[in-house]
Amino acid sequence: MQNIVEIQNLTKSYVIGTSQLDVLKGIDFSVSRGEYVAIMGPSGSGKSTLLNMLGCLDKPTSGVYKLGGSDVMSMNDDELSEIRGKEIGFIFQSYNLIQQLNVIENIEIPMFYQGISEHESKVRATDLAVMVGLADRVHHRPFELSGGQQQRVAIARALANNPLVVLADEPTGNLDTKNGVDILSVFDQLNKSGRTLIVVTHDSRVAQRAGRVIHLLDGQIDRQVYN
Amino acid sequence: MQVFRAKRIIKLGLKSLWMHRLRSVLTTMGIVFGVCSVIGMLAIGEGASREAQATIARLGSTNIIIKTVKPPDDMKASGNNTIMSEYGLTYADAERFYESLTNTEVIVPIRRLNQDAWYRNRKAAVEVIGTVPWYTSISSLNVKYGRFLASNDLSYQQGICAIDERLMDAIFKMDNPLGQTIKLAGDYYTVVGIVDSRQGGKTDNEARTGGGDAGGASSGTVYIPLTAVKSRFGELNVSFGTSGGKVEKVELQEITVKVKSMEDVLPTRDMIAAQMEQFHKKKDYDIQVPLEQLREAQRTKRIYSIVLGSIAAISLLVGGIGIMNIMLATVSERTREIGIRRALGAKRKDIITQFITETILLTSIGGILGVVLGVIIPKLVTYFFSMPTVVTGLSLTVAFGVSAVVGIVFGSYPAWRAANVHPIESLRHE
Ligand SMILES: Nc1ncnc2c1ncn2[C@@H]1O[C@H](COP(=O)(O)OP(=O)(O)OP(=O)(O)O)[C@@H](O)[C@H]1O
Ligand SMILES: [Mg+2]
Repeated sequence: MQNIVEIQNLTKSYVIGTSQLDVLKGIDFSVSRGEYVAIMGPSGSGKSTLLNMLGCLDKPTSGVYKLGGSDVMSMNDDELSEIRGKEIGFIFQSYNLIQQLNVIENIEIPMFYQGISEHESKVRATDLAVMVGLADRVHHRPFELSGGQQQRVAIARALANNPLVVLADEPTGNLDTKNGVDILSVFDQLNKSGRTLIVVTHDSRVAQRAGRVIHLLDGQIDRQVYN
Repeated sequence: MQVFRAKRIIKLGLKSLWMHRLRSVLTTMGIVFGVCSVIGMLAIGEGASREAQATIARLGSTNIIIKTVKPPDDMKASGNNTIMSEYGLTYADAERFYESLTNTEVIVPIRRLNQDAWYRNRKAAVEVIGTVPWYTSISSLNVKYGRFLASNDLSYQQGICAIDERLMDAIFKMDNPLGQTIKLAGDYYTVVGIVDSRQGGKTDNEARTGGGDAGGASSGTVYIPLTAVKSRFGELNVSFGTSGGKVEKVELQEITVKVKSMEDVLPTRDMIAAQMEQFHKKKDYDIQVPLEQLREAQRTKRIYSIVLGSIAAISLLVGGIGIMNIMLATVSERTREIGIRRALGAKRKDIITQFITETILLTSIGGILGVVLGVIIPKLVTYFFSMPTVVTGLSLTVAFGVSAVVGIVFGSYPAWRAANVHPIESLRHE
């Protein structure tokens, strides 16, 4: 199987004043196409930091990171933006929708930055909204939607440019049990249709559904569990 | 492709401004008032300057105007006892100018008095101007019907006159005045010509001349040969003031010397000044040079433009700083949005474009509103304060252009700040 994500001896350190804080201390793993990976671990163990590195939001301090075969470590700011827009779909705990835009417009954002025509992006955004079950909410704005619905919008938006990998940081963290389960079943469907998912979570239900669970402890991989 | 993209970016900008409409409106105010006050001030300045130049041009730029002025000590003396005061320009002055001045084209002496003109049983207060045929070459007078005064009229002290259209309307009504006679102080004058009225019927440059000019509102002007005035009216003006009767002797109210070219104006003025000083013990005259006034007006206009330009710059600067301030606040308020957009693939330059576009839209909309108000307000000023205003295309273009530039200049820093927001930190931003 083809490796979409490949990281070797990845580190991330922050310099605060004169002291250096090593958050990630040499991480190795790879993810192949169609996998569903959960990353778990105690608070402060570096899960979000790792996910941000995977999402090309920031560059690791050292190590190797290849995404879809491209060397992320050597990319400049514009190239990082480019690859984020094209190959990565983000889903956040707090949805991160733009409040002033309606459902369709939120889903369109990633397509706008890839230069997709207005017409095409409208059509695609509508299809995605229908797919995540928001056909009757397309002109609503985020504050008119429930948390679960907002997270569905975020999922649709993450899929807008047909990315190589979907990254989610605590996607059910702000949701009640029912809505959380709803979102997880959307993830199941996505994975079934061939999407690659990497999900950071405290939620043991995610761990049950994922194909593999990576346990992080103090900036290092503690253990990996395959289901 | 690029055009469509630009359209979408502008649409995005307008949308975002619409989301915060109150703030957008308030922010824009600075630019609106800046632009409209600039245009308004320039319009008032231009109007005033054109009016001044038109007045001066009417006086003629190759003319030197010497006027009779009531000397100050005379005014004091005329308290109670002085029975007759004698002052002002004389025929001798005019003679001397004829003989001594070179480079002159014409020399026009003028005697001016206020009288009642009668036609049949109709009466009108008129200004009588006794002058010479070539008066027309120093004034912008146009003959409408008949003719103006001629040399023969002067030589034979003819009892003829030319009247202006106002007087024609006032006393002749439907009759054709040519060939009719009007009565002035007991003498009859045949009307030989009709000339147009001076602007607004005002005697603008004559208003302050001495010679018992009562200065009352006249409803027309009668031009008669200077020789006829001299022989029929004499040189005495009698007026009754609060302090009793007063008799003044003034031969001429004005002598206008027209020189051949503008270069001759100042030397001739100096010669006239020297002569007048020599022959007049009292300062009972005043020498005016429209050319100098014209230059003065141009200088004033230049200074005015510089002052207005500075005010313009300052007001737009203040507007620009206001906009920058708001845009900086907007950037920090929208940090999270910036983070989201960055995470979803926006490059730094996309963020810069977005924020610069918003600022330029703000200032351009402000500029357009400012231009609209800037066209309307001078009209209101003209209407309510009867001040002349001229809105020039140049002032509109400059004011609007500057407002757009203000957008670019003051939008750059906030946009740059926005683009340098770190994606991760901005996503964490609440
Ligand atoms: N920009 C930064 N500068 C300095 N330290 C940072 C920075 N970002 C993260 N850290 C530190 O790195 C460590 C790991 O943070 P991270 O957010 O990855 O934890 P996490 O595993 O996601 O925790 P949680 O489960 O609570 O979300 C923390 O100790 C945090 O303080
Ligand atoms: Mg975290």
